[in-house]
Amino acid sequence: MRHTISVLVENKPGALTRVTSMFARRGYNIESLAVGETERHDVSRITLRVDCETHSLEQIEKQLNKLVNTLRVTELAPGESLERELALLKVSAPPSARAELMALGEVFNARIADLGPDAIVFELTGSPEEVDSFEELVRPHGLQELVRTGRIGLTRATRGPKGKAARQALA
Amino acid sequence: MTMNGADAVLRSLEAEGVEVMFGLPGGSILPLYDAMARGTTVRHVLARHEQGAGHMAEGYARASGRTGVAVATSGPGATNLVTPIADAWMDSTPLVCITGQVRSFLIGTDAFQECDITGITIPIVKHSWLVQDVNDIPHVIKAAFHVAGTGRCGPVLVDIPRDVQEAELEFSYPDEVDLPGWKPPRRGHPRQIKAAAEAIAAAERPILYVGGGVLNAHATDELLEVAEVGHLPVVTTLMAKSGFPESHELHVGWPGMHGPKWSNYALNKADVVVAVGARFDDRVTGKLSAFAPGATIVHLDVDAAEISKIRHADVPVVGPLKPILATLAKALATSVVPGRTDAWLRQISEWREEFPLRYSAEPRSSDTVPMLKPQKVLEQLQELTAGRDDVVWTTGVGQHQMWAMQYILCDRPRTFISSGGLGTMGYGIPAAIGAKAARPDATVICIDGDGCFQMTSQELATAALEDLPIVVVIVNNGYLGMVRQWQDMFFEERFSQIKLTHSLPDYAALARAYGALGFTAETEEELEEALVEAIASGRTCVVDARVDPREHCFPMIPAGAAAVDMVEFDESEVPVV
Repeated sequence: MRHTISVLVENKPGALTRVTSMFARRGYNIESLAVGETERHDVSRITLRVDCETHSLEQIEKQLNKLVNTLRVTELAPGESLERELALLKVSAPPSARAELMALGEVFNARIADLGPDAIVFELTGSPEEVDSFEELVRPHGLQELVRTGRIGLTRATRGPKGKAARQALA
Repeated sequence: MTMNGADAVLRSLEAEGVEVMFGLPGGSILPLYDAMARGTTVRHVLARHEQGAGHMAEGYARASGRTGVAVATSGPGATNLVTPIADAWMDSTPLVCITGQVRSFLIGTDAFQECDITGITIPIVKHSWLVQDVNDIPHVIKAAFHVAGTGRCGPVLVDIPRDVQEAELEFSYPDEVDLPGWKPPRRGHPRQIKAAAEAIAAAERPILYVGGGVLNAHATDELLEVAEVGHLPVVTTLMAKSGFPESHELHVGWPGMHGPKWSNYALNKADVVVAVGARFDDRVTGKLSAFAPGATIVHLDVDAAEISKIRHADVPVVGPLKPILATLAKALATSVVPGRTDAWLRQISEWREEFPLRYSAEPRSSDTVPMLKPQKVLEQLQELTAGRDDVVWTTGVGQHQMWAMQYILCDRPRTFISSGGLGTMGYGIPAAIGAKAARPDATVICIDGDGCFQMTSQELATAALEDLPIVVVIVNNGYLGMVRQWQDMFFEERFSQIKLTHSLPDYAALARAYGALGFTAETEEELEEALVEAIASGRTCVVDARVDPREHCFPMIPAGAAAVDMVEFDESEVPVV
């Protein structure tokens, strides 16, 4: 069973290391990890995709909460949250295949970030599943290089973030 | 007031009420030592090795109930603190370590005595700080003590580059900490405490399984009240030893790998196990699937992450133990049916009579000269100190430690100090020195092994010169005894790299070289004479008790076996070597 966890941490040196070190030490599996700034310059958000086969989500959340730099830990439950990923894909594109690839890109709303004589670099933003699908479809054409950011996520606006505790803590 | 960073560290320690710090100077921490020379109310105890300083700070913390402070320089000084930090992490001992770091502009250049100590220690500290701005020093020291001593206690590290110690700041000590992410629970949930009381009151065979958390929480009085009000038997883990009076009728021993069989029976055959600041360590549970099968688990702990980490908690209560236990005692007072646990307590007494601690006091028939039994050393120590409330014990790690757990009875909190989770050999001597600094009135006795002794014996110089006299009793079997026992029992007697010899070094002569009194004992008479003199001397003493290396520590739960399937001492199986 995989879960996505959103962790707000103080933007302090070593905060990310403390999170990843704790995962390594306790043997928790990280599938993807993305970190970046938030609406507050002193707070960073780490989005983690974790495999909870051998360790419970509850235990992982509690261990995260024990870290002094951790402000809030939230599970991004499917249906109640949005998840997105950005991918760059360099695909072999001889003139004969170019039209087909560009049509494929259009279906997925993938932007053509760069176009060379033999290859196209697609830029695709979407749900991780959409990125998976696009990757699968272009692979037969010759996927030369691929980079994915790892998923980032937020709870839906309709649900409203339950940020009261963290806001109070930071006030 | 304008001062430099080093002075600010000392003013901050003074503001925290620190009495004593343990350390050893070096290049990157020179400004702090220079500030000490200018004057401070904090006593500095000069160790001979930074590991010693760290364990002294731990011993001080455990004996006093306050936060210990250790100081070291950068690089090797800091790495020598890693073992005490790991030890404090495993045993939840509040510890503030202050290390010097190379000058800021040298960090990352592989400068002389540079090492990334905050990086190295990340997995074994609650938190750490690399101070980059001198103005942060008061806030960081305040936060360091706050984090070390609140919630579940543990070690923190403050790494201060030399130029930051030398830079100037306008000093004022903050009243509040600025730690938005550190929110230890303030109280247990009343509904959960009520549920705990109901589970206990409804139990037929309840037991309190007490861990070191009760000592860290200063909750021993409340624990006693819960036990007495509920008429509940109590087992204390190695870390909780002395947390409940051991001559009390409700104390039913110590669970785990070398606990008495009756204690393990009591814990494993209970229908409600109330874990109090304990963490279901593998040395206590034995084979987890066979641990207290079917029992309802009530788990009281300040650390939410311990709940259901190892064993599912049916009734979790998260929060500080002192108020939780006080509330629980009140709830039990109105709900417990008098006499309900009588039959259960009788059953435990019967097990106690059926399975006492046993060893052969008789010399082996093949021995021409009878050898002193190691268990006898512990029995004599217990006899000689029985009834005294001013004795503090520390131990190393191994057979002697387990025998100390079995034979020494402690009635007062914080009088048994041992390395549990990490199992750090060499802990005993420096921890004893730290305990003596905390309890100058007490007789501090380190029960050590010959292997352990040789890991930290240089600190005898510290004990002698700093006027922190301790009595070290070496249960000297000439071997790495616990390893010998395992090789004997589980590796078909293939002894491998364990022989130390009884007489090299000559421990009594070594003691004298350090200005201490040295005794060698090979018979019970010599032993008693030496112990009496050593304990009465008021000086640092080493008693070298040369004992039979063939003795195993029994009973024992073999690794991976169920706790109730203990291997016991069997006279018929004593090998004639």
